[in-house]
Amino acid sequence: MDVKNILSAGLSLASMGLVFGAGLAFASQKFAVKKDPKVEAVYNVLPSANCGGCGYAGCMQFAEAVVRGDAKPNGCPVGGDPVAEKIGDALGVTVEENEKMVARVLCKGDKDHCAIKYEYSGLESCISANMLESGPKACSYGCMGKGDCVSVCQFDAIHINEKGVAEVDYEKCTACGACIEICPKDLIELVPASQHVVVDCKNEEKGGFVKKNCDVACIACGICERSCPFDAIHVVNNIASIDYEKCTQCMICYEKCPTNAISADETKKMVAFIEEENCIGCSLCKKRCPVDAIEGEIKGKHKIDPEKCIGCGECIEACPKDTIIMKNI
Amino acid sequence: MENASIFVILVSSILVNNFVLSRFLGVCPFLGVSKQVDTSIGMGMAVTFVMTLAGVITYMVQYFILVPLHLEYLQIVAFILVIASLVQFVEIVLQKISPTLYQALGVFLPLITTNCAVLGLAILNIDDNLNLVQTIFRSMGGAIGFALAIVLFAGIREKIELSDVPKPFKGFPIALVTASLMSIAFLGFQGLV
Repeated sequence: MDVKNILSAGLSLASMGLVFGAGLAFASQKFAVKKDPKVEAVYNVLPSANCGGCGYAGCMQFAEAVVRGDAKPNGCPVGGDPVAEKIGDALGVTVEENEKMVARVLCKGDKDHCAIKYEYSGLESCISANMLESGPKACSYGCMGKGDCVSVCQFDAIHINEKGVAEVDYEKCTACGACIEICPKDLIELVPASQHVVVDCKNEEKGGFVKKNCDVACIACGICERSCPFDAIHVVNNIASIDYEKCTQCMICYEKCPTNAISADETKKMVAFIEEENCIGCSLCKKRCPVDAIEGEIKGKHKIDPEKCIGCGECIEACPKDTIIMKNI
Repeated sequence: MENASIFVILVSSILVNNFVLSRFLGVCPFLGVSKQVDTSIGMGMAVTFVMTLAGVITYMVQYFILVPLHLEYLQIVAFILVIASLVQFVEIVLQKISPTLYQALGVFLPLITTNCAVLGLAILNIDDNLNLVQTIFRSMGGAIGFALAIVLFAGIREKIELSDVPKPFKGFPIALVTASLMSIAFLGFQGLV
Protein backbone atom coordinates (compact mmCIF):
# COMPACT_ATOMS: atom_id res chain seq x y z
CA MET A 1 0.00 0.00 0.00
CA ASP A 2 2.76 2.42 0.95
CA VAL A 3 4.80 1.63 -2.12
CA LYS A 4 1.71 2.06 -4.25
CA ASN A 5 1.09 5.49 -2.76
CA ILE A 6 4.62 6.63 -3.40
CA LEU A 7 4.53 5.23 -6.92
CA SER A 8 1.24 6.87 -7.83
CA ALA A 9 2.38 10.23 -6.40
CA GLY A 10 5.74 10.12 -8.11
CA LEU A 11 4.43 8.86 -11.41
CA SER A 12 1.58 11.32 -11.63
CA LEU A 13 3.82 14.31 -10.89
CA ALA A 14 6.50 13.02 -13.24
CA SER A 15 4.04 12.52 -16.06
CA MET A 16 2.57 15.98 -15.49
CA GLY A 17 6.06 17.41 -15.63
CA LEU A 18 6.75 15.47 -18.78
CA VAL A 19 3.60 16.71 -20.49
CA PHE A 20 4.27 20.36 -19.55
CA GLY A 21 7.93 20.04 -20.47
CA ALA A 22 7.05 18.63 -23.87
CA GLY A 23 4.52 21.44 -24.37
CA LEU A 24 7.15 24.04 -23.50
CA ALA A 25 9.72 22.45 -25.77
CA PHE A 26 7.20 22.48 -28.59
CA ALA A 27 6.30 26.12 -27.86
CA SER A 28 9.90 27.24 -27.80
CA GLN A 29 10.41 25.61 -31.21
CA LYS A 30 7.23 26.99 -32.65
CA PHE A 31 7.66 30.50 -31.28
CA ALA A 32 11.44 30.66 -31.53
CA VAL A 33 12.71 34.21 -31.92
CA LYS A 34 15.92 34.72 -33.81
CA LYS A 35 18.26 36.54 -31.48
CA ASP A 36 21.35 38.50 -32.26
CA PRO A 37 24.22 36.27 -31.09
CA LYS A 38 25.98 39.43 -29.94
CA VAL A 39 23.28 39.98 -27.31
CA GLU A 40 24.00 36.55 -25.91
CA ALA A 41 27.74 37.24 -25.93
CA VAL A 42 27.31 40.53 -24.06
CA TYR A 43 24.82 39.00 -21.63
CA ASN A 44 27.25 36.24 -20.75
CA VAL A 45 29.94 38.64 -19.52
CA LEU A 46 27.55 40.75 -17.45
CA PRO A 47 27.36 40.16 -13.69
CA SER A 48 23.70 38.96 -13.91
CA ALA A 49 22.84 40.96 -10.82
CA ASN A 50 19.70 42.33 -12.52
CA CYS A 51 20.09 45.32 -10.22
CA GLY A 52 18.88 47.93 -12.68
CA GLY A 53 21.81 50.23 -11.86
CA CYS A 54 22.34 50.81 -15.57
CA GLY A 55 18.83 52.18 -15.98
CA TYR A 56 17.45 49.11 -17.75
CA ALA A 57 15.12 46.48 -16.29
CA GLY A 58 17.75 43.78 -16.14
CA CYS A 59 21.03 42.54 -17.56
CA MET A 60 19.37 41.12 -20.68
CA GLN A 61 17.76 44.45 -21.50
CA PHE A 62 21.06 46.23 -20.99
CA ALA A 63 22.81 43.74 -23.29
CA GLU A 64 20.19 44.38 -25.96
CA ALA A 65 20.58 48.13 -25.57
CA VAL A 66 24.35 47.87 -25.90
CA VAL A 67 24.05 45.85 -29.09
CA ARG A 68 21.44 48.28 -30.47
CA GLY A 69 23.82 51.11 -29.65
CA ASP A 70 21.53 52.83 -27.13
CA ALA A 71 23.75 52.10 -24.15
CA LYS A 72 27.47 52.47 -23.80
CA PRO A 73 29.56 49.33 -23.20
CA ASN A 74 30.87 50.92 -20.01
CA GLY A 75 27.36 51.50 -18.67
CA CYS A 76 27.36 48.67 -16.13
CA PRO A 77 28.17 50.22 -12.75
CA VAL A 78 28.55 46.85 -11.03
CA GLY A 79 31.03 45.34 -13.47
CA GLY A 80 33.03 48.52 -13.93
CA ASP A 81 35.98 48.65 -16.26
CA PRO A 82 36.77 44.89 -16.39
CA VAL A 83 33.28 44.10 -17.64
CA ALA A 84 33.34 47.05 -20.03
CA GLU A 85 36.50 45.62 -21.52
CA LYS A 86 34.94 42.18 -21.93
CA ILE A 87 31.89 43.71 -23.61
CA GLY A 88 34.25 45.58 -25.90
CA ASP A 89 35.95 42.29 -26.78
CA ALA A 90 32.59 40.65 -27.44
CA LEU A 91 31.52 43.45 -29.75
CA GLY A 92 34.94 44.01 -31.27
CA VAL A 93 35.15 47.65 -30.27
CA THR A 94 37.57 49.47 -28.02
CA VAL A 95 36.03 50.90 -24.91
CA GLU A 96 37.20 54.20 -23.60
CA GLU A 97 37.82 54.04 -19.90
CA ASN A 98 35.61 56.23 -17.81
CA GLU A 99 37.61 59.06 -16.41
CA LYS A 100 37.59 58.92 -12.64
CA MET A 101 35.56 61.75 -11.18
CA VAL A 102 35.64 63.11 -7.67
CA ALA A 103 33.31 65.39 -5.77
CA ARG A 104 34.70 68.82 -5.02
CA VAL A 105 33.44 71.49 -2.64
CA LEU A 106 33.49 74.73 -4.60
CA CYS A 107 34.09 77.12 -1.73
CA LYS A 108 37.30 78.44 -0.19
CA GLY A 109 35.54 80.96 2.02
CA ASP A 110 36.67 79.63 5.39
CA LYS A 111 36.61 81.73 8.53
CA ASP A 112 39.83 83.56 7.58
CA HIS A 113 38.33 84.79 4.35
CA CYS A 114 34.57 85.04 4.64
CA ALA A 115 32.75 87.29 7.10
CA ILE A 116 30.06 86.04 9.49
CA LYS A 117 26.57 87.50 9.33
CA TYR A 118 25.35 86.29 12.70
CA GLU A 119 26.15 83.71 15.39
CA TYR A 120 24.22 80.53 14.67
CA SER A 121 23.42 78.28 17.58
CA GLY A 122 20.68 76.04 16.26
CA LEU A 123 20.62 72.45 15.09
CA GLU A 124 23.94 71.33 13.62
CA SER A 125 22.58 70.85 10.14
CA CYS A 126 23.19 72.78 6.94
CA ILE A 127 19.56 72.47 5.92
CA SER A 128 18.21 74.11 9.07
CA ALA A 129 21.01 76.72 9.12
CA ASN A 130 20.18 77.54 5.52
CA MET A 131 16.59 78.32 6.50
CA LEU A 132 17.67 81.22 8.73
CA GLU A 133 18.57 84.03 6.33
CA SER A 134 20.48 81.63 4.05
CA GLY A 135 22.84 80.64 6.83
CA PRO A 136 25.26 82.44 9.18
CA LYS A 137 27.87 83.20 6.49
CA ALA A 138 27.98 86.67 4.96
CA CYS A 139 28.18 85.03 1.54
CA SER A 140 24.90 83.27 0.92
CA TYR A 141 26.60 80.90 -1.54
CA GLY A 142 29.30 79.72 0.84
CA CYS A 143 29.84 76.46 2.69
CA MET A 144 28.34 76.69 6.19
CA GLY A 145 30.32 73.72 7.45
CA LYS A 146 27.52 72.12 9.46
CA GLY A 147 28.42 68.75 8.04
CA ASP A 148 25.34 67.38 6.28
CA CYS A 149 27.66 66.08 3.56
CA VAL A 150 29.91 64.45 6.17
CA SER A 151 27.07 62.46 7.70
CA VAL A 152 25.71 61.34 4.34
CA CYS A 153 29.07 60.11 3.00
CA GLN A 154 29.37 56.33 3.22
CA PHE A 155 33.06 56.34 2.42
CA ASP A 156 34.38 58.73 5.07
CA ALA A 157 35.63 60.86 2.21
CA ILE A 158 34.38 64.32 3.18
CA HIS A 159 35.19 66.29 6.33
CA ILE A 160 34.86 69.79 7.71
CA ASN A 161 38.37 71.19 7.98
CA GLU A 162 39.58 73.20 10.96
CA LYS A 163 38.58 76.42 9.23
CA GLY A 164 34.95 75.42 8.91
CA VAL A 165 34.62 74.43 5.25
CA ALA A 166 33.95 70.98 3.88
CA GLU A 167 36.81 69.28 2.09
CA VAL A 168 36.86 66.06 0.07
CA ASP A 169 39.47 63.36 0.45
CA TYR A 170 39.96 62.67 -3.25
CA GLU A 171 41.60 59.30 -2.58
CA LYS A 172 38.51 57.95 -0.84
CA CYS A 173 35.83 59.67 -2.94
CA THR A 174 33.88 57.35 -5.25
CA ALA A 175 31.79 60.06 -6.92
CA CYS A 176 28.58 58.44 -5.68
CA GLY A 177 26.89 61.85 -5.55
CA ALA A 178 25.33 61.57 -2.08
CA CYS A 179 26.93 64.81 -0.86
CA ILE A 180 25.95 66.62 -4.06
CA GLU A 181 22.35 65.62 -3.41
CA ILE A 182 22.25 66.77 0.22
CA CYS A 183 24.11 70.10 0.00
CA PRO A 184 21.48 72.85 0.32
CA LYS A 185 23.85 75.36 -1.29
CA ASP A 186 24.48 73.15 -4.32
CA LEU A 187 28.18 73.70 -3.73
CA ILE A 188 29.55 70.26 -4.52
CA GLU A 189 30.25 69.20 -8.08
CA LEU A 190 31.86 66.26 -9.84
CA VAL A 191 35.23 67.19 -11.31
CA PRO A 192 37.67 64.91 -13.17
CA ALA A 193 40.18 63.57 -10.64
CA SER A 194 43.12 64.77 -12.73
CA GLN A 195 41.76 68.32 -12.90
CA HIS A 196 43.48 70.47 -10.29
CA VAL A 197 42.76 73.89 -11.82
CA VAL A 198 39.25 74.62 -10.57
CA VAL A 199 37.22 77.73 -9.80
CA ASP A 200 36.43 77.19 -6.13
CA CYS A 201 33.50 79.58 -5.91
CA LYS A 202 29.84 79.52 -6.84
CA ASN A 203 28.85 83.11 -5.99
CA GLU A 204 26.74 84.61 -8.75
CA GLU A 205 26.43 88.09 -7.24
CA LYS A 206 28.03 91.25 -8.65
CA GLY A 207 31.73 91.73 -7.99
CA GLY A 208 31.69 94.70 -5.60
CA PHE A 209 29.02 93.13 -3.43
CA VAL A 210 30.84 89.81 -3.32
CA LYS A 211 34.11 91.38 -2.33
CA LYS A 212 32.62 92.95 0.81
CA ASN A 213 31.73 89.50 2.15
CA CYS A 214 34.55 87.24 1.06
CA ASP A 215 38.04 87.95 -0.20
CA VAL A 216 38.57 84.66 -2.05
CA ALA A 217 35.39 84.82 -4.11
CA CYS A 218 35.10 85.12 -7.87
CA ILE A 219 34.30 88.76 -8.64
CA ALA A 220 33.64 88.05 -12.31
CA CYS A 221 36.38 90.48 -13.42
CA GLY A 222 37.02 88.40 -16.54
CA ILE A 223 40.82 88.51 -16.34
CA CYS A 224 40.96 84.72 -16.53
CA GLU A 225 38.70 84.73 -19.58
CA ARG A 226 40.96 87.20 -21.36
CA SER A 227 44.22 85.54 -20.40
CA CYS A 228 43.25 81.95 -21.21
CA PRO A 229 45.06 80.90 -24.40
CA PHE A 230 42.64 78.03 -24.99
CA ASP A 231 39.25 79.70 -24.64
CA ALA A 232 38.58 77.27 -21.81
CA ILE A 233 37.32 79.62 -19.11
CA HIS A 234 34.31 81.87 -19.35
CA VAL A 235 32.45 84.15 -17.00
CA VAL A 236 28.79 83.17 -17.05
CA ASN A 237 26.28 84.60 -14.56
CA ASN A 238 29.03 86.48 -12.74
CA ILE A 239 31.01 83.33 -12.10
CA ALA A 240 33.99 81.93 -13.97
CA SER A 241 33.59 78.37 -15.15
CA ILE A 242 36.18 76.13 -16.72
CA ASP A 243 35.47 73.85 -19.66
CA TYR A 244 37.43 70.80 -18.50
CA GLU A 245 37.50 69.41 -22.03
CA LYS A 246 39.46 72.40 -23.31
CA CYS A 247 41.52 73.20 -20.21
CA THR A 248 45.17 72.15 -20.41
CA GLN A 249 45.84 73.13 -16.78
CA CYS A 250 48.46 75.68 -17.80
CA MET A 251 47.56 77.64 -14.64
CA ILE A 252 47.62 81.07 -16.29
CA CYS A 253 44.17 81.83 -14.91
CA TYR A 254 45.31 80.67 -11.49
CA GLU A 255 48.27 83.05 -11.60
CA LYS A 256 46.26 85.98 -12.94
CA CYS A 257 43.22 85.68 -10.68
CA PRO A 258 43.20 88.78 -8.42
CA THR A 259 41.19 87.17 -5.62
CA ASN A 260 42.68 83.69 -5.68
CA ALA A 261 39.30 82.15 -6.37
CA ILE A 262 40.88 79.70 -8.79
CA SER A 263 42.78 76.85 -7.16
CA ALA A 264 45.58 74.84 -8.68
CA ASP A 265 48.23 72.43 -7.51
CA GLU A 266 51.54 74.24 -7.96
CA THR A 267 53.56 71.06 -7.59
CA LYS A 268 52.05 69.95 -10.88
CA LYS A 269 53.37 72.97 -12.78
CA MET A 270 55.18 71.65 -15.85
CA VAL A 271 57.32 73.15 -18.60
CA ALA A 272 58.09 71.68 -21.98
CA PHE A 273 61.66 70.84 -22.96
CA ILE A 274 63.08 70.03 -26.41
CA GLU A 275 65.70 67.31 -26.64
CA GLU A 276 67.93 69.05 -29.12
CA GLU A 277 69.62 66.10 -30.81
CA ASN A 278 66.32 64.97 -32.33
CA CYS A 279 64.99 68.42 -33.29
CA ILE A 280 64.82 68.78 -37.08
CA GLY A 281 63.95 72.45 -36.99
CA CYS A 282 60.53 72.11 -38.59
CA SER A 283 59.22 74.99 -36.51
CA LEU A 284 55.78 73.39 -36.10
CA CYS A 285 56.00 73.76 -32.33
CA LYS A 286 56.85 77.43 -32.63
CA LYS A 287 53.78 78.08 -34.76
CA ARG A 288 51.54 76.21 -32.32
CA CYS A 289 52.82 77.77 -29.09
CA PRO A 290 50.16 80.12 -27.66
CA VAL A 291 52.63 82.19 -25.64
CA ASP A 292 55.60 82.48 -28.05
CA ALA A 293 57.92 80.66 -25.69
CA ILE A 294 59.77 78.78 -28.42
CA GLU A 295 62.74 80.31 -30.18
CA GLY A 296 64.77 79.07 -33.12
CA GLU A 297 65.28 79.43 -36.86
CA ILE A 298 63.73 77.05 -39.38
CA LYS A 299 66.10 74.10 -39.89
CA GLY A 300 67.93 75.16 -36.71
CA LYS A 301 67.60 73.74 -33.24
CA HIS A 302 64.68 75.12 -31.26
CA LYS A 303 64.61 76.06 -27.61
CA ILE A 304 61.86 76.65 -25.11
CA ASP A 305 62.08 79.56 -22.71
CA PRO A 306 61.12 78.03 -19.36
CA GLU A 307 60.16 81.47 -18.06
CA LYS A 308 57.51 81.91 -20.73
CA CYS A 309 56.37 78.30 -21.08
CA ILE A 310 53.04 77.58 -19.44
CA GLY A 311 53.20 73.81 -19.80
CA CYS A 312 50.06 73.49 -21.86
CA GLY A 313 51.41 70.62 -23.95
CA GLU A 314 50.37 71.99 -27.33
CA CYS A 315 53.92 71.73 -28.74
CA ILE A 316 54.11 68.06 -27.77
CA GLU A 317 51.12 67.36 -29.95
CA ALA A 318 52.57 69.42 -32.79
CA CYS A 319 56.04 67.85 -32.78
CA PRO A 320 56.39 65.19 -35.54
CA LYS A 321 59.54 63.70 -34.00
CA ASP A 322 58.16 63.30 -30.47
CA THR A 323 61.16 65.04 -29.09
CA ILE A 324 59.44 67.38 -26.66
CA ILE A 325 58.91 66.20 -23.10
CA MET A 326 57.30 67.70 -20.02
CA LYS A 327 59.43 68.38 -17.01
CA ASN A 328 58.42 69.21 -13.51
CA ILE A 329 59.86 72.37 -12.03
CA MET B 1 -21.15 29.70 -3.04
CA GLU B 2 -22.34 26.47 -4.66
CA ASN B 3 -25.26 27.93 -6.53
CA ALA B 4 -24.02 31.49 -6.80
CA SER B 5 -24.74 33.02 -10.17
CA ILE B 6 -21.94 33.97 -12.52
CA PHE B 7 -22.67 37.65 -12.10
CA VAL B 8 -22.34 37.45 -8.35
CA ILE B 9 -19.05 35.56 -8.71
CA LEU B 10 -17.68 38.19 -11.05
CA VAL B 11 -18.67 41.13 -8.85
CA SER B 12 -17.42 39.38 -5.77
CA SER B 13 -14.02 38.51 -7.20
CA ILE B 14 -13.42 41.80 -9.01
CA LEU B 15 -14.59 44.25 -6.38
CA VAL B 16 -15.55 42.77 -3.03
CA ASN B 17 -12.84 40.16 -2.59
CA ASN B 18 -10.28 41.89 -4.78
CA PHE B 19 -7.16 39.76 -4.63
CA VAL B 20 -4.74 42.59 -4.06
CA LEU B 21 -6.75 45.06 -2.06
CA SER B 22 -8.77 42.88 0.27
CA ARG B 23 -6.99 39.52 0.28
CA PHE B 24 -3.50 41.08 0.03
CA LEU B 25 -2.23 38.50 -2.41
CA GLY B 26 0.19 39.39 -5.22
CA VAL B 27 1.37 42.61 -3.62
CA CYS B 28 4.91 42.30 -5.02
CA PRO B 29 4.06 42.87 -8.69
CA PHE B 30 1.34 45.28 -7.58
CA LEU B 31 4.00 47.58 -6.13
CA GLY B 32 6.77 46.66 -8.53
CA VAL B 33 5.22 47.15 -11.95
CA SER B 34 2.92 50.06 -11.14
CA LYS B 35 5.13 53.00 -12.00
CA GLN B 36 3.65 53.52 -15.46
CA VAL B 37 0.14 52.88 -16.69
CA ASP B 38 1.42 51.29 -19.90
CA THR B 39 3.50 48.60 -18.23
CA SER B 40 0.85 48.02 -15.60
CA ILE B 41 -1.73 47.34 -18.33
CA GLY B 42 0.73 44.85 -19.84
CA MET B 43 1.30 43.21 -16.48
CA GLY B 44 -2.44 43.13 -15.84
CA MET B 45 -3.00 41.41 -19.15
CA ALA B 46 -0.23 38.89 -18.61
CA VAL B 47 -1.55 38.07 -15.14
CA THR B 48 -5.12 37.85 -16.45
CA PHE B 49 -4.04 35.35 -19.07
CA VAL B 50 -1.98 33.26 -16.69
CA MET B 51 -4.56 33.34 -13.91
CA THR B 52 -7.50 32.33 -16.09
CA LEU B 53 -5.63 29.47 -17.69
CA ALA B 54 -4.10 28.43 -14.38
CA GLY B 55 -7.53 28.38 -12.75
CA VAL B 56 -8.94 26.05 -15.42
CA ILE B 57 -5.92 23.76 -15.65
CA THR B 58 -5.52 23.44 -11.90
CA TYR B 59 -9.22 22.57 -11.71
CA MET B 60 -8.64 19.76 -14.17
CA VAL B 61 -5.50 18.61 -12.44
CA GLN B 62 -7.34 18.55 -9.12
CA TYR B 63 -10.42 16.63 -10.26
CA PHE B 64 -8.96 14.40 -12.98
CA ILE B 65 -5.58 13.54 -11.49
CA LEU B 66 -5.25 14.34 -7.80
CA VAL B 67 -8.70 13.35 -6.47
CA PRO B 68 -9.02 9.99 -8.31
CA LEU B 69 -5.52 9.04 -7.18
CA HIS B 70 -6.13 10.35 -3.61
CA LEU B 71 -3.20 12.73 -3.92
CA GLU B 72 -4.86 15.91 -2.62
CA TYR B 73 -1.88 16.51 -0.37
CA LEU B 74 0.22 17.17 -3.48
CA GLN B 75 -2.03 20.07 -4.40
CA ILE B 76 0.49 22.87 -3.84
CA VAL B 77 3.36 21.11 -5.60
CA ALA B 78 1.23 20.16 -8.57
CA PHE B 79 -0.28 23.64 -8.87
CA ILE B 80 3.10 25.35 -8.76
CA LEU B 81 4.23 23.02 -11.52
CA VAL B 82 1.24 24.08 -13.60
CA ILE B 83 1.75 27.78 -12.93
CA ALA B 84 5.49 27.71 -13.60
CA SER B 85 5.03 25.97 -16.95
CA LEU B 86 2.26 28.39 -17.87
CA VAL B 87 4.38 31.41 -17.11
CA GLN B 88 7.21 29.99 -19.18
CA PHE B 89 4.74 29.43 -21.98
CA VAL B 90 3.42 33.00 -21.77
CA GLU B 91 6.98 34.29 -21.78
CA ILE B 92 7.88 32.38 -24.93
CA VAL B 93 4.72 33.44 -26.71
CA LEU B 94 4.99 37.09 -25.64
CA GLN B 95 8.56 37.33 -26.84
CA LYS B 96 7.41 36.25 -30.27
CA ILE B 97 4.16 38.19 -30.48
CA SER B 98 4.92 41.42 -28.64
CA PRO B 99 8.62 42.13 -27.98
CA THR B 100 7.76 45.61 -26.71
CA LEU B 101 5.48 44.28 -24.01
CA TYR B 102 8.03 41.58 -23.24
CA GLN B 103 10.68 44.23 -22.71
CA ALA B 104 8.44 46.48 -20.69
CA LEU B 105 7.62 43.66 -18.26
CA GLY B 106 11.29 42.74 -17.89
CA VAL B 107 12.03 40.56 -14.90
CA PHE B 108 8.47 40.81 -13.59
CA LEU B 109 7.14 38.32 -16.09
CA PRO B 110 9.09 35.38 -14.62
CA LEU B 111 8.04 36.73 -11.24
CA ILE B 112 4.40 35.82 -11.95
CA THR B 113 5.59 32.29 -11.26
CA THR B 114 5.97 33.15 -7.63
CA ASN B 115 2.95 35.44 -7.60
CA CYS B 116 0.91 34.20 -4.69
CA ALA B 117 -2.27 35.62 -6.21
CA VAL B 118 -2.16 32.93 -8.92
CA LEU B 119 -1.54 30.06 -6.53
CA GLY B 120 -3.95 31.55 -3.99
CA LEU B 121 -6.68 31.74 -6.60
CA ALA B 122 -6.16 28.13 -7.66
CA ILE B 123 -6.34 26.88 -4.10
CA LEU B 124 -9.29 29.09 -3.15
CA ASN B 125 -11.20 27.79 -6.18
CA ILE B 126 -10.81 24.24 -4.93
CA ASP B 127 -11.56 25.16 -1.31
CA ASP B 128 -14.82 26.84 -2.31
CA ASN B 129 -16.00 23.72 -4.19
CA LEU B 130 -16.72 25.59 -7.41
CA ASN B 131 -17.72 23.77 -10.58
CA LEU B 132 -15.87 24.27 -13.87
CA VAL B 133 -17.95 27.20 -15.16
CA GLN B 134 -17.78 28.95 -11.83
CA THR B 135 -14.02 28.33 -11.71
CA ILE B 136 -13.56 29.95 -15.10
CA PHE B 137 -15.44 33.06 -14.08
CA ARG B 138 -13.88 33.23 -10.63
CA SER B 139 -10.42 33.05 -12.21
CA MET B 140 -11.28 35.66 -14.78
CA GLY B 141 -12.84 37.88 -12.15
CA GLY B 142 -9.89 37.57 -9.82
CA ALA B 143 -7.49 38.36 -12.64
CA ILE B 144 -9.53 41.33 -13.84
CA GLY B 145 -9.64 42.54 -10.25
CA PHE B 146 -5.86 42.37 -10.11
CA ALA B 147 -5.54 44.18 -13.42
CA LEU B 148 -8.04 46.82 -12.31
CA ALA B 149 -6.22 47.41 -9.04
CA ILE B 150 -2.78 47.65 -10.62
CA VAL B 151 -3.92 49.99 -13.42
CA LEU B 152 -5.77 52.29 -11.01
CA PHE B 153 -2.77 52.29 -8.72
CA ALA B 154 -0.37 53.07 -11.57
CA GLY B 155 -2.58 55.98 -12.61
CA ILE B 156 -2.47 57.39 -9.09
CA ARG B 157 1.27 56.87 -8.85
CA GLU B 158 1.81 58.74 -12.11
CA LYS B 159 -0.07 61.69 -10.61
CA ILE B 160 1.89 61.45 -7.35
CA GLU B 161 5.11 61.61 -9.33
CA LEU B 162 4.18 65.15 -10.34
CA SER B 163 3.02 66.39 -6.97
CA ASP B 164 5.05 67.83 -4.14
CA VAL B 165 5.46 64.96 -1.69
CA PRO B 166 7.35 65.63 1.57
CA LYS B 167 10.87 64.28 1.29
CA PRO B 168 10.62 61.39 3.79
CA PHE B 169 7.55 60.09 1.94
CA LYS B 170 8.98 60.26 -1.56
CA GLY B 171 9.02 57.09 -3.62
CA PHE B 172 8.02 53.89 -1.90
CA PRO B 173 6.48 55.17 1.36
CA ILE B 174 3.87 57.27 -0.41
CA ALA B 175 3.11 54.33 -2.72
CA LEU B 176 2.43 52.13 0.31
CA VAL B 177 0.22 54.80 1.88
CA THR B 178 -1.68 55.10 -1.39
CA ALA B 179 -2.10 51.35 -1.61
CA SER B 180 -3.52 51.21 1.91
CA LEU B 181 -5.96 54.05 1.15
CA MET B 182 -7.09 52.21 -1.98
CA SER B 183 -7.57 49.12 0.12
CA ILE B 184 -9.76 51.07 2.55
CA ALA B 185 -11.73 52.46 -0.39
CA PHE B 186 -12.35 48.94 -1.69
CA LEU B 187 -13.66 48.04 1.74
CA GLY B 188 -16.69 50.09 0.72
CA PHE B 189 -17.74 47.33 -1.69
CA GLN B 190 -18.06 44.90 1.22
CA GLY B 191 -21.85 45.07 1.40
CA LEU B 192 -22.44 44.45 -2.32
CA VAL B 193 -22.64 40.68 -2.27
